[in-house]
Amino acid sequence: MIRVLLRLALFTAAVAGLAFWAVTRPATLPADTALPAGDPVNGALVFAAAGCASCHAEPGSGSPDAPVLSGGRAFKTDFGTFYAPNISPDPDAGIGSWTEVDFARALTKGVSPDGQHYYPAFPYTAYAFMTPQDTGDLLAYMRTLPASPTVSQPHDLGFPFSIRRGLGVWKVLNQSADYHLQGELSEQEVRGRYIAEGLAHCSECHTERDALGGLNRSRWMAGAPSPTGKGRIPNITPGVLGWSEADLTAYFTSGLTPEYDSAGGDMAVVIENLAKLPEADRAALAAYMLRIETVR
Amino acid sequence: MKKRVILPLVAALAVTATVGTAFGDGHANADPAIKARQAQMSLVAYNMGILGAMAKGETEFSTETATAAAESLAKVAKLDRSILWTDGTVQGEVPGTRAKAEIWTDAAGFEKAAVGLETAADGLVVAAGQDLDALRAAMQAAGASCGTCHKAYRGPKN
Ligand code: HEC
Ligand code: HEC
Repeated sequence: MIRVLLRLALFTAAVAGLAFWAVTRPATLPADTALPAGDPVNGALVFAAAGCASCHAEPGSGSPDAPVLSGGRAFKTDFGTFYAPNISPDPDAGIGSWTEVDFARALTKGVSPDGQHYYPAFPYTAYAFMTPQDTGDLLAYMRTLPASPTVSQPHDLGFPFSIRRGLGVWKVLNQSADYHLQGELSEQEVRGRYIAEGLAHCSECHTERDALGGLNRSRWMAGAPSPTGKGRIPNITPGVLGWSEADLTAYFTSGLTPEYDSAGGDMAVVIENLAKLPEADRAALAAYMLRIETVR
Repeated sequence: MKKRVILPLVAALAVTATVGTAFGDGHANADPAIKARQAQMSLVAYNMGILGAMAKGETEFSTETATAAAESLAKVAKLDRSILWTDGTVQGEVPGTRAKAEIWTDAAGFEKAAVGLETAADGLVVAAGQDLDALRAAMQAAGASCGTCHKAYRGPKN
């Protein structure tokens, strides 16, 4: 009898193990995924909207037009410290030897060229919405930036957080297949949604997280505790914020609030990036902001 | 087992983090220099508000009103800094201010940022004499100069 039970237990464990393996298997892209020929001029705009330099550029290095993406910025968490890697075009220290498929897979699936999951500190759940054209343009632009030989720092994480395979489960739970804002949208609102939910990953900061670290979608953009522990990232749903479309567009352009104070904290950096986009994009972002549901 | 699997993931998430700051408020019994420079910022905001309402299309663009607001702003921006930013009136040491110590330890950088506001205000005067498009471009530059200085020299709300 005991033997039978033991066998049963072993069998169950094996099935569970297999299921874990299947669920956590890193996604691939078809080998023939071709990105359209890249336009670095549009790529620079994608790069700004997506805020890549905020995490990957070494502060004060390079020029504003040609940041050095040598990485190194540390993200301290309760689980350990993550370091943004070198993503400059250096073939050894950076991503200079990557193919376009490698790049698209990293950005939109969160999977490395050697098939490992990335930690969502890299906001690929938002970049998953990036169009192939924008992804190709982005890479074309990044290839024009200076190469840096600085070797990426390994993350400083304890067990079990250091096991990347486990991220597969998190992804299944938290990678949304579709946009949060649904319904009849104008062309402008669709554009705004792409920028807000895809490229600029606004919800990564403005939406609180559930116990498993996924975005709490029922409180979309309704604010979140500041990761530093002090203060809160504000609720920006329309009924709470109470700003007009013109107020929002002006804020995204100049950083000035309706009270003519200027945006502070990490938002100041977001605005430096948004200010580089065509005005139509900032207006689209404002139009999107007024369509999301008010959550108090 | 389940917990083990899920925890690593949670780790990562916490990372997409931010620092939230807001603005600091005046304080009833603050040092007079602190009150004076906060009054200066109120005047900056008041005049920016007149120009901003035009830039946003909330009020009609008028060269006269825009010029009046921009010229006031330009004067206010040039108030003598040596008597406004007096030694020791720093956040954490005296109440009612968010002025960071860097204002004094990096005096050259602070001066450059302050001259940035003067330059932006002069740009608004020129733009006010031109047209709405010029005004809107100048507002963007002025907002950026506010942000540059606040980012480096204004401390967190609490
Ligand atoms: C919020 C900070 C943040 C932003 C914004 C960000 N990244 Fe990252 N990125 C990271 C972190 C942290 C990692 C490391 C992830 C890991 O090791 O699992 C990473 C990893 C990467 C990698 C993998 C590098 C390697 O050596 O395997 C690439 C490529 C990358 N990012 C590109 C980008 C691009 C392109 C953008 C803009 C579209 C961007 N990142 C925006 C934080 C960020
Ligand atoms: C890296 C984190 C981060 C990201 C990404 C981010 N924000 Fe913010 N946002 C903040 C913080 C912090 C503040 C508070 C700013 C302050 O203290 O002045 C803020 C403030 C705001 C405000 C003003 C709210 C108020 O009450 O003053 C708006 C509007 C806003 N963000 C919209 C957006 C939009 C739209 C996006 C995406 C394009 C975005 N944010 C992306 C962190 C972020």
